[in-house]
Amino acid sequence: MTGPYDRAIVPPDRPSDPRGTGAVLKGRERAVQVPASFDYRRATSVAEALELLRRYGEEARVVAGGHSLLPMMKLRLAGPELLVDINDLHELDHIEQAGDELRIGALTRHRTLLESPLVGRCFPIVHDAEKVIADPPVRNRGTIGGSLCQADPSEDLSAVCGALHARVVIRGEGGERVVPMADFHQGPYETAVGVGEMLVQVRIPVLPGAGSAYEKVERKSGDWAVAAAGVALTLREGRIADAGVGLAAVGAGALNLDAVQELLNGREPSEALYEEAGRLASAHCSPVTDGRGSAEYKRHLAGELTRRALRRSVARARTAQGTTGEA
Amino acid sequence: MRITVNVNGEDRTREVEPRHLLVRFLRDDLELTGTHWGCDTSNCGTCVVLMDGEPVKSCTVLAVMAAGHEIRTVEDLADGDRLDPVQQGFIEQHGLQCGFCTPGMMLTGRALLDRNPDPSDQEIREAISGQLCRCTGYLNIVRSIQWAAREQAAVAAPEAPATATATGGRA
Repeated sequence: MTGPYDRAIVPPDRPSDPRGTGAVLKGRERAVQVPASFDYRRATSVAEALELLRRYGEEARVVAGGHSLLPMMKLRLAGPELLVDINDLHELDHIEQAGDELRIGALTRHRTLLESPLVGRCFPIVHDAEKVIADPPVRNRGTIGGSLCQADPSEDLSAVCGALHARVVIRGEGGERVVPMADFHQGPYETAVGVGEMLVQVRIPVLPGAGSAYEKVERKSGDWAVAAAGVALTLREGRIADAGVGLAAVGAGALNLDAVQELLNGREPSEALYEEAGRLASAHCSPVTDGRGSAEYKRHLAGELTRRALRRSVARARTAQGTTGEA
Repeated sequence: MRITVNVNGEDRTREVEPRHLLVRFLRDDLELTGTHWGCDTSNCGTCVVLMDGEPVKSCTVLAVMAAGHEIRTVEDLADGDRLDPVQQGFIEQHGLQCGFCTPGMMLTGRALLDRNPDPSDQEIREAISGQLCRCTGYLNIVRSIQWAAREQAAVAAPEAPATATATGGRA
């Protein structure tokens, strides 16, 4: 190792405090948060990225926005030998309607999602969530693919994509496979993406007369959720259909709450139904006590936020059916 | 790795390790210490610089990822002795006390006004919501950016009354 960080904070061939600030230097040990050494390659094509991922196997990670991965590398929670930078793969940065689904490239940034009228019209839940995901500078860098691949049970877009019954496209040497969101996360920080593969697209069904909403409680602007709930549904002859309910920050495995979805499908919207759905959601999650709140409080939130998201989803679905789309 | 980053309009080439963070590249290698280095966890936002015109937290961008891109730092805001309206606004409206968050706040203000020359109070607050200030309670920062917006509008339309020097703004 020969890098400056292995010896001192400042390279030894440089004066130790060029501006005389004394803030960092003077031989004082300061816990500089710098990742361990790794190799870096900027991919110029998806094929090249896949080839690198195949060659380095488990030791390679894809980096796009880097706002989840780099902090983990600083904390030594991740230590890849190779970072494959996909920021130049503009083909993965797209939002397009194809038949009855919206296709979103993995490299699409949070900001692009938030500023897309098409996304807002089809899936108001995405705009609800994007407004409260981190903050504007982070949203300028972070991507939908990175968010989903992080597989953090507290991450918002995963719950959103779960509620929307999204499917993700994983590309590898042998071609592409399409995986439902419910099967994509295989546990905290584990996804269905295998060695030599990468997520390239998210596909979300566009349903007529749909309504959706995301409700999040956070400690401060831009923070991770204390708890959050996403709901998507359609109304057919006054009854709920295609219900999707996904929770964030209340334990893994809550991206699709089957029990709540089954309860809702075929039923007429009512406060009593929302009450029952909230109770079920609250029962079917596994929050833990931490600095953001007690397990009991989070369980309460899971129920209440599910009720609120249901109310707004139904209202939006009615508006969508009454007019031609705007919620 | 040998990288070339366009910083403040000038191509700067250096040999760096891939793990070198953009904030360290700017401060240590280029000696552009106007970009501050705070929490190092992409929370505080004092390290905000503009990357291709938009605010990013430079503690969470690798220098190698910035290669081939345009970075703008606080050192580039003033044109010689002429301050950017955002900088002047921070003076007029007391937008700083300790000054630690100020470079990032001013760059975010600049980027906001470039896209939206007449932002609402709420839009300004949203734009700076990823950056912490422990002195001002944000009120004067919002006023500073509003001052800059009025100043720019007044300069762009000189026949209009010079409201830019009026005191304060609603915030």
